Amino acid sequence: MSRPIIDVSGLSKRYVIEHESRHDNLRDTLHHTARKVWRRLRWGTGFDHEEFWALRDVSFSVQPGEVLGIIGRNGAGKSTLLKILSRITEPTNGRAVIRGRVASLLEVGTGFHPELSGRDNIFLNGAILGMSRQEIRRKFDEIVAFAEVERFLDTPVKRYSSGMYVRLAFAVAAHLEPEILIVDEVLAVGDAQFQQKCLGKMGAVASQGRTVLFVSHNMGVVANLCSRVILLDQGSVAADGAPGHVIGTYIQSGAQLSGHAVWADDRPDTGSGKLRLHAARILVDGRVTADVPIDRSAILEFDFSVLARCQAGSSIHLFDKQGVWVLCSGPASTLLEPGRYRHRVTLPENFLNDGLYQVSIILLIDVTNIQVHVREAVSFTVHETGVGREEYGGVMNGCIRPLLAWESSALSGNAS
Amino acid sequence: MSADVLPEVIIEPGRSSANYWRDLWRFRELAGFLAWRDIKVRYRQAALGIAWVVIQPLVQTLLLSFVFGKLAKMPDGGVPYVLLVLSGLLPWQLFTAAFNGAGNSLVGNANLISKVYFPRLLVPLSCLVIALVDFGVMLALTLPLTVILGIVPGWQLLLLPLFVVLTLVIACGAGLWITALTVKYRDFRFITPFILQIGVFVTPVGFRTDFLPNWRDLLALNPLSGAVDGVRWCLLGGHTELYGPGLVVSCIVAAILLSSGLWYFRRTERQFADIV
Repeated sequence: MSRPIIDVSGLSKRYVIEHESRHDNLRDTLHHTARKVWRRLRWGTGFDHEEFWALRDVSFSVQPGEVLGIIGRNGAGKSTLLKILSRITEPTNGRAVIRGRVASLLEVGTGFHPELSGRDNIFLNGAILGMSRQEIRRKFDEIVAFAEVERFLDTPVKRYSSGMYVRLAFAVAAHLEPEILIVDEVLAVGDAQFQQKCLGKMGAVASQGRTVLFVSHNMGVVANLCSRVILLDQGSVAADGAPGHVIGTYIQSGAQLSGHAVWADDRPDTGSGKLRLHAARILVDGRVTADVPIDRSAILEFDFSVLARCQAGSSIHLFDKQGVWVLCSGPASTLLEPGRYRHRVTLPENFLNDGLYQVSIILLIDVTNIQVHVREAVSFTVHETGVGREEYGGVMNGCIRPLLAWESSALSGNAS
Repeated sequence: MSADVLPEVIIEPGRSSANYWRDLWRFRELAGFLAWRDIKVRYRQAALGIAWVVIQPLVQTLLLSFVFGKLAKMPDGGVPYVLLVLSGLLPWQLFTAAFNGAGNSLVGNANLISKVYFPRLLVPLSCLVIALVDFGVMLALTLPLTVILGIVPGWQLLLLPLFVVLTLVIACGAGLWITALTVKYRDFRFITPFILQIGVFVTPVGFRTDFLPNWRDLLALNPLSGAVDGVRWCLLGGHTELYGPGLVVSCIVAAILLSSGLWYFRRTERQFADIV
């Protein structure tokens, strides 16, 4: 084995969350400092601030030519790790040694200017990613051909379709020739055909002996592309090894987390004289999971017993991670004989925003008489795959994130 | 490909890259590209387009000439008052554009800073390039006007680049402070226009200092006074006088501003991505 091209040892990153409001202006800082001094004089303590370790003692090394996949739940520290390795932010502890030029693609089209033409943006974006003018000129035709935008080179990119925009942006980055390519969940954007093309390009990059670090939520792609996978969990390395093995661990841990739940028959809180809840689970493609891709539908189902003939009904309450009550829903109640029953409901694709959701399950009789109420019965994470985001890579706010049919048109009388 | 011959980068807390200045050189074209982007985009969708480069200083020149020359009846020493103002406005505009641009540059490019690595210093530096381009355009228009109004610049014109550099150094030093502070405290966004509003009166933009002996030393405390006087001296072919002590103060303050600005910028640079 040769010397590792990336050597990470004990890397940690701490963010400090001040509980006294963030002070982004001078007055707040002065005020805050004054109060801090006063408290310290009086009680000998400062303000509480919560520490959040986005990464904690992460160590690994990468050999030249390896394609390393990095997977984990939202907030596991994947992006922070890439940002540190890209030198965008610095670690709190530990060190990383990188032996080679790095090109990182943490977002599609960073630095694209909507008013500039495709041609201008190729040069601008190339320069931002660290290419020299000659290098860009040399690869210009290749980039244009890859992006399939020949006819629109002199059109401002704000008039591009989102597909064209993404193609152009990826094309520029893909034609960098670094020793190390760092890619964050950006391929998820764009149509299937183009994704395939991008993956092919990344495969080609790897086969030339370059090293690729690749973050994705798409396990299929990770399994195909990567020679090794690291699983991050709450900022630490939870598994490191062959893709099949690590991905298996990841999916299993998701299921154990809360994608399904079983309740014993003697628990007082999950049954009454008439109804009893046995189990609940979340299924994507027929498999139990706590990880729901944003563009896939998920089935929530639960099994219960009717112990005495009654007009039985059920309902679910859905909360997001801030505790916002997103919705409640339930079937019409029916007169049921004693026995076991199952209710299932489909949560449609492209409906919930990404993030963690908690489900409460309620069993009731006679429409309003609650018999069983299990809070946080199951929970699941909806995660991004890039669908519906168009060119925007940042946070989209809100509880739900449906795909809405947008129209935009130019009104007459515009100065062009 | 062997990993042994490649540049080695060590990432550690508190360690600014040993290759910082080399990186700055490697990315030097980026400053040009950022400047080119801003210039190219600036007058898009503006009906008058590039004419704005001229309109703004023109109106300001007329206004200042009226206020100082006609209303306040400041001495002109035989030079057309419009030229006095114009030759003061040139360096002042250069400073304003560079300082203002640099001051807002980091927050304005927050999306870049949180997603891509490059020496952050390039962002404010690109604003100096933009300011210099505007200055060039205005200078090209001012020189013929000077001749038409009867003043032929002399050998002093050759020294103009020195004073331009002096102005840029002051603007850069002050701009680095402001931009690094703005990342953390957005208050400085409001302080900048305030400084500029006061600055136009405490800098000899609309009047000449050589006829104001009582105020001269006080004005010299403002480092821009030396630069503005210098540019005026170059452009008006020695029709105004250069004030030595003022110039010395200018140079000293400029050096202090630039080195302290660089120091503060480099010190805070590593956290920009986390707080911007």
